[in-house]
Amino acid sequence: MKTRKRSNAPVFWGLFGAGGMLAALFGPMLVFITGVAVPLGLILPAGAMDYPKMLAFSQNFIGKGFIFAVISLFMWHAAHRIFHSLHEIGIHAGFGCKLLTYGVALVGTVVSAVVLLGIGF
Amino acid sequence: MSEQKVIEIEVLRYLPESDQAPRSEVYKVPFTDDMSVLQGAQYIKDHFDGSLTFRWSCRMAICGSCGMMINGIPKLSCETFIRDYYPNRITIEALANFPIEKDLVVDLSGFIEKLEAIQPYIIPKEPRTVEQGEYIQTPAQFAEYIQFTSCINCTLCYAACPQVGLNPEFIGPAAIALAHRYNMDSRDGGQAQRMELLASEDGVYNCSAVGYCSEVCPKHVDPGNAVNINKINAAKDYFLRFLSPKGGAK
Repeated sequence: MKTRKRSNAPVFWGLFGAGGMLAALFGPMLVFITGVAVPLGLILPAGAMDYPKMLAFSQNFIGKGFIFAVISLFMWHAAHRIFHSLHEIGIHAGFGCKLLTYGVALVGTVVSAVVLLGIGF
Repeated sequence: MSEQKVIEIEVLRYLPESDQAPRSEVYKVPFTDDMSVLQGAQYIKDHFDGSLTFRWSCRMAICGSCGMMINGIPKLSCETFIRDYYPNRITIEALANFPIEKDLVVDLSGFIEKLEAIQPYIIPKEPRTVEQGEYIQTPAQFAEYIQFTSCINCTLCYAACPQVGLNPEFIGPAAIALAHRYNMDSRDGGQAQRMELLASEDGVYNCSAVGYCSEVCPKHVDPGNAVNINKINAAKDYFLRFLSPKGGAK
């Protein structure tokens, strides 16, 4: 029988799944709050996302974790989706495609971690 | 008596001795309302061209040999009726994603290799003697796998799967559904052996959850579900193998 290499897909599929779950739970709500409710002053007060408030949010341990998870896991989810969509439209999954998609997610993860830690506690 | 109805059937022909590439031929086939597309093909073979080649056997959707692309959709031709297409033309072609051997007959050797590779039989947890008697299985244990035993190896799901089309090495829906059928059987102990294949680069992660395999399945096996359950199993195996005493699959 031919020997087959174990796929490393579970790592990326896991991040994709986690990001998909988060996106489904929080994505529409975040779009509504940041894109509609706050700018138009609907439901939420107009100053709900002012700089001092958002700074305090991102300096809080839980707020920091939330922002990091939402940026990083959303990006891993999107990267995986784009990577596989490229494959489906005939652009085949070479190392270059992987680097472009997962690489962007990795850079996004590192940058958001560095910036969030830089803001301090 | 009403007038004899005639339908046009366009057949993708390929005779390896004389054709460079597959070509289409149209036949005008008289039919009755009880005639299947398979019977239409048989009519062509009996009346127009005896060289037309296709597989069939049971005529009742159980042998799984008469699958073909009917107007671009993988179907069993024995349970697809001409009347449902009339007055439009029916196009029949060899199953997609397989090499054509002749006319509507495809080369299934790749599929058979995949089927063998997943070890579609009970691998006992420990050797069992005749004196130990039969295995006892509860209705609940039976219910775990019964759905996945319905596969008739018709390979419609392979013709439907875009990922099989892109990567012919992909183990594919039916073989993974059958691997799952044995993995879920309380008498079986072959999970680790099959995991090597399911978790490999030719395994479950080739699937992008399109789900067309389950849609075309004439036996409601739902191979798409089996593949996706095994993505979770393979992910668990990937991460938990470091904790398992035997180290999981290689």
